Formats: sequence, structure tokens, C-alpha cells
Amino acid sequence: MLTKRIIPCLDIKDGKTVKGIRFQHLKEAGDPVKLAMFYAKEGADELIFLDISATQENRKTLISLVHKIARYLYIPFTIGGGVTSLDDVERLLNAGADKISVNTEAFKRPQLLNELVERFGSQCIVLAIDIQIHKNEWWVYINGGRIKTSYKALDWAKEAVERGIGEILLTSMNNDGTKKGFSIGITRTFSEKLSIPIIASGGAGNMEDFYEVFKVGKADAALAASILHSEVISIRQIKNYLSSNKISIR
Amino acid sequence: MTVVIIKYPAGNVQSVILALKRLGVHPLLSDQKEVIKSADKIILPGVGEAKSAMRYLRKKGLHEILPSLKQPILGICLGMQLLCNFSEENDTICLGVFDINVKKFNTFIYKVPQIGWNTLFNLKGKLFEEMGENPFQYFVHSYYVPNSLYTIACSRYTCIFSAALQKYNFYATQFHPEKSSFEGQKILKNFIKL
Repeated sequence: MLTKRIIPCLDIKDGKTVKGIRFQHLKEAGDPVKLAMFYAKEGADELIFLDISATQENRKTLISLVHKIARYLYIPFTIGGGVTSLDDVERLLNAGADKISVNTEAFKRPQLLNELVERFGSQCIVLAIDIQIHKNEWWVYINGGRIKTSYKALDWAKEAVERGIGEILLTSMNNDGTKKGFSIGITRTFSEKLSIPIIASGGAGNMEDFYEVFKVGKADAALAASILHSEVISIRQIKNYLSSNKISIR
Repeated sequence: MTVVIIKYPAGNVQSVILALKRLGVHPLLSDQKEVIKSADKIILPGVGEAKSAMRYLRKKGLHEILPSLKQPILGICLGMQLLCNFSEENDTICLGVFDINVKKFNTFIYKVPQIGWNTLFNLKGKLFEEMGENPFQYFVHSYYVPNSLYTIACSRYTCIFSAALQKYNFYATQFHPEKSSFEGQKILKNFIKL
């Protein structure tokens, strides 16, 4: 049986993790490779690295980091942040990334999705969508959540699915960082209305939140950042809890 | 021992190389007939699209060489599908080692692609030596090979399908052993030991 996935997300700046720096027991705090290996051993099903660096020079640092991650990590990983072209994607895949997540650039130029899918295949193209609720509607936000668009979340998602993407990473900005649980309603709507896997993101604060997003929200995977980085809870604990509540996990 | 990974435009060639290096094997990456013919082991990897992959293999003359090889060869994911007769992915004629056709998953109820960790069952043969009965492996695919007389491992998604195939020296996995943690490493190791 296909299992639900728990995916730790590491924010990367200048080749270092900027969240998850509190890991006391890792010798080099901020080393993404060490943290990734730690999560992999703990039972992470995949990993996502989001590059939040801005300059071109930092992109080179990112490529060499991807090389290093790929050398050690024996589970799949996605790279996102600042991807704007086919060349970007090719460099990241050649460096050893398994999937690439795109966001703002794809929104500005949706044809990019068709080009990426045709060249690299659906399975390695993840569309990240940041959403926020406003007057009872979920809207797409771009530029790292700074700019509201006039697109409704589901409309953009449907268009992207038609263009061939393989997965959606759905982040509710209303929940992100609150530790008050995922946004269940919109996750469920996405999961029921779209034919591809949905990764729910934003708001995980305890084990019950994961149960709810899988059971009620019908998510295929769930992202976890601060809940893991703050070492309040481990992946193993989350998975044991899910398994004892009959959610199929690895 | 020389292990050759067949070079063609496929996303995860790098992942396979790195997984082998973790096992202490340093593979060659090549699309040259003579290099491939003289290898001890051959891996046909693949994440990508069937038609353009076949076009590339034909351009390099590998569509004639590959089915006639006598040494152990392992097709992974798209690599497995290319070893079959025909794929529903853009109606592609493939290499014809396994006399069976590749079909698209039914998208009516299930999410397609299948992405994630799924269990194997009914394991047979040396590829799965010293493994548990139901190991987890990582899958990413929209097309599948139905069960057949070549099936040496099954998995279940929209239906029960072939997670692995074997015919003589030809082995193939629908899942990605190179991305499937320690259990996957063991499968690659078993292949290298053949």
C-alpha cells in the first residue's frame, strides 16, 4: 500500500540551514547535509530544501550543496527557491536533485511548466503554491508571499495540472508558523478536485495535526519544519502515532 | 569489474552513479556500443519520457545491442518500461525484451503519478536475496507493467502490478532502488553480485 509521506523542509541561505540551527547534538549547527542525514535516519520519506538566497553567487553555492547532499542522502529530495529557467532545473538535476519546485516564475509565465514537463518529465516538477484566505476565498500569493494575485488557488492549480506538473506543494500562509494545525479544508478541496498528489504545508504543531491532515484533509504528504527543527517532536514519534491510528506510513 | 550506466537524457542518472559509489563501485557512464558490450554489468536508468528515450537509443544504435546482451542488465523505472514491447506513453515501440505492454494507471480514483513508498510482495530470485518479505521501495511513475510470467516482485496501486521483472540476464525494477534507503542499496548490491 502506498504510504503517506512526512517531508522535513530545510530553509537554505548561503549554503547553510537557517531554520533548524538549534540542533545541539549535531557537531556543525547549520550544516544541511548533517541535518538531512539525521532526518533520513529518523524516517523522513523525502526532504525539501528551499533556497532563500537572493544573488547569483549564492546559486553556485547551492549547486555545490546539492552535489554534496546527493552524495550522502539515500532518499529522494526536492530543491526549490529562485528557479526561473530550464537551465536552472537542468543544473540542479545534474547535481543530483530528484525533483524541482517552482513557484513565482511559473505563475508569471505558465508556459514554463509545459517546457519543464516536456524536457524533464512530470515526475520531477513540483508546483509550490502559497495561498492566503481573503473574504472567504483562497488566493494565490507570489514573490515569497509578498504579492497577492487575482488568481483563486484552485483555478491556478487546475491550470498547472493541465500543463502536466507532477505534484503540488500547498502552503497556507494563514497557518504557516502558527503551530495551530494545517489548513484542512483547502487541502481536502485540492486533494479531491485534483488528480495529482498534494503535499500539505504550514501549521504543524503536534502529532494530531498530521493525523488530521491525512485523515480529514486527504493530503498525500505533509511538510514539517519548525515542529521538527525545534526538536519538540521527532519524525519517529509522529510516525508511531500515525501508525497506531491506522494511517499507513513507512 | 566494470559497471556501465547507459547514458541517455534521463534525470536520475546522477542518483544511480552516486548510489553505486556508496557501495564502492565506480561506474562508467556511456552510450557507446563497444563500451556497453564489454561491460560486466549494465544499468539502464531513467526518469523521463518513453518516446524521446527510445529515439535517443535508436540514434545511438543501442536498440539493437541492448536486447542481445548476455551479461546482467538492470532497467530502472523508465528503463524497465523501455525493456518491454510497447508503451502507452506516446504510443512508443520499445526494446521488446519482455513480451508485455506498458499501460497507464487509471486516473479515475487514484492520484497519478504514484509518488512515494510502497511495499513489495511475492519476491522471487537473487535480486531480493536476504531481504524481508515486504520491503518498502520508492516509486514515481504514471505507467506500469501488468503482472506476467516475468514478474519477480509485485506491488499494489490501482491494481496489482509488476514491481520487478526478470528474463534470463535481464532484470528490471519499477521502483528506484537508488533512492530507497538501505533496502534499495541491498537490491543494487544483489545486482552487482550476480
